[in-house]
Amino acid sequence: MKSLRYLAVAFLAVAFGSATSAQGVTLRISCGAVGQELELCTEGTQAWAQKTGNKVEVVSTPNSTTDRLALYQQQLAAGSSDIDVYQIDVIWPGILSDFFVDLNDYVTPDLVAQFFPRIVAANTVDGRLVALPWFTDAGLLYYRTDLLKKYGYSKPPTTWDELEQMAAKIQSGERQAGNGSFWGFVFQGKAYEGLTCDALEWIFSYGGGTIVDQAGNITINNPMAAKAIDTAARWVGKIAPPGVTSYQEEEARGVWQAGNAAFMRNWPYAYSLGNSADSPIKGKFDVTVLPKGGADGQHAATLGGWQLAVSRFSKHPKEAVDLIVYLTGYAEQKRRAIKGSFLPTRPALYKDADVLAANPFMGKLYDVFVNAVPRPSAQTKQKYNQVSSAFWTAVHNVLVGQTDAATSLRMLEQQLKRIKGKGW
Amino acid sequence: MTQPSRLAARRTRTAWLFLLPSLLVLLVVAAYPLWRTFQLSFYQVSILQFPLQPEWVGLDNYRFLLADPYWWISLKNTAVFTVVSVALETVLGLGIALVVNANFTGRGLMRTAMLVPWAIPTVVSAQMWRWMYNDVYGVVNDLLMRAHLIAAPLAWLADPHLALPGIIAVDVWKTTPFMALLLLAGLQSIPRELYEASTVDGASPWQQFWQITLPLLKPALLVALIFRTLDALRVFDVIYVMTGTNPTTMSMSVYARQQLVDFGALGYGSAVSMGIFLIIALFAAAYLVSLRVELD
Repeated sequence: MKSLRYLAVAFLAVAFGSATSAQGVTLRISCGAVGQELELCTEGTQAWAQKTGNKVEVVSTPNSTTDRLALYQQQLAAGSSDIDVYQIDVIWPGILSDFFVDLNDYVTPDLVAQFFPRIVAANTVDGRLVALPWFTDAGLLYYRTDLLKKYGYSKPPTTWDELEQMAAKIQSGERQAGNGSFWGFVFQGKAYEGLTCDALEWIFSYGGGTIVDQAGNITINNPMAAKAIDTAARWVGKIAPPGVTSYQEEEARGVWQAGNAAFMRNWPYAYSLGNSADSPIKGKFDVTVLPKGGADGQHAATLGGWQLAVSRFSKHPKEAVDLIVYLTGYAEQKRRAIKGSFLPTRPALYKDADVLAANPFMGKLYDVFVNAVPRPSAQTKQKYNQVSSAFWTAVHNVLVGQTDAATSLRMLEQQLKRIKGKGW
Repeated sequence: MTQPSRLAARRTRTAWLFLLPSLLVLLVVAAYPLWRTFQLSFYQVSILQFPLQPEWVGLDNYRFLLADPYWWISLKNTAVFTVVSVALETVLGLGIALVVNANFTGRGLMRTAMLVPWAIPTVVSAQMWRWMYNDVYGVVNDLLMRAHLIAAPLAWLADPHLALPGIIAVDVWKTTPFMALLLLAGLQSIPRELYEASTVDGASPWQQFWQITLPLLKPALLVALIFRTLDALRVFDVIYVMTGTNPTTMSMSVYARQQLVDFGALGYGSAVSMGIFLIIALFAAAYLVSLRVELD
């Protein structure tokens, strides 16, 4: 009788024990949905869920980084525990750091040391590690190898003026050949964060600085910066479609991947999509570093990239940290690099033969990625969003022909001074 | 002598008693938030801090507001939007109201059909129009090209000269039915005998419109104008969905949202809200005075 009772207790213990471990916890992660992002994020998180017996729900977010930040701010300021893991832009750690757990409390220094130190630094605010780098980004020039050859060019342009000439020639040739909707060059011209990235590349390549310098001084009102923006404004309607001033990444890729553009400025994610089986331009393009601003200018690529952070309001911070350690791990980043051409944040992956076979450009342009130009988010801290918004507005006004760059930058300088006030 | 005044006092007391619930509701949902916004407008406080650390800055927020060119641009945009859209909606709405007030077969169907644009949620119709306006695949460009009215596709929402007119057109499309409905109600309250009598006296339809319809429609017209003007001054959704925070079309409310939500500036955003409140209150007061004059 007694032994029977023991048996019953043991049985119950086993039953309940296995039930709780099989049930696990449910985490919610917010992922981007640009290109293949959502698909890859779902696959990655489900693999972790299967491995650990937990559940992960993927929350998709707006494609525009600007809208996504607004959404995050509302969620976090309300103290909501709805989302456990946030995918955040490289410029946001300074803005949102108060709302994320310090990952130093959960992961070992050995693990942190496996990432690019520069990106880890960007994710460290006042000594707190607020996010782990998931993939990095740098602006690239996509060009059609077949069209360059057809029009007698042996290599991609090295300066913006060269790009303009080549684009104009190819555009008029292709239009005469019957493609009326062909354009020379597409980029991100809408008034949003993406324009800040594009315009920073133009300005930096002409030696016009980074809007606000390392010390926090406003440097944007200078003749080289004005020259760079006036140059870009000249493209609109000439080698770039008039509607480019309302394009984000995916609109630009839409024109490019349909085979209707000779050049495109975009992030690396467009590489594997352009080479996908049903792509009309599969195998007909390559990527290189963006052009210089004139012969004595320099090449520039804006530093982008996304990180994973754990909300301080999460009810399961331990499991959430485990999830982001998995997602940013070697194997998962390798899978994402091969399938989605997302740039790894671990230097070791740039020597991985499989990664390089799928993305030859990753080895070739390694220096571009490690030397990418950061936006002035570290200097301007919580005011970065205001600074960027004032900047892209000023550039957009020039692109749509409302004013010239010199006037616009003079006004921008005043605006930035007022935003800065007594200090950033 | 004492009897009527005591009666009056009791009546006053009863009146207050009946008003009390609505006054309480007003206090909770209108006065208190307004008071909090007013208080906050003297602080610098960011939504991005946890916990919040408000800092007293006196009139700094208001100084920044008055000096910010984008506030004045948004004010100008709102003024243009309000004047043009309300004027067009009134004229078109009156025309439609006169038509559907006449007797013809299918009138009931017509009255229902004209309400369709008004019935669609603004966010949905604005998104729909955004696609229709698209420079590459939009139907608006397609139709205009087919009709040979334009030679090349126009970037409706990207071109600073076309964006605000484009948005006003959408608002007119959407809100004219509402205007027509309000005016139709006014038209139906005009006694038919007046028209019969004036016809007997030999008045032309044109004279009837100016001498009978318009003067008697005035109260309804004024109410409709107040509704639309106050609504238009607060315009947000149609502009936000179609062009976001682009300054060429930004309204006061879009500006306030950008400060409050995008920048998380609760203090400065509150100062902006107070500015909008003052402007709308001014309009409401002006209308109320003119309405009292008219109705008396």
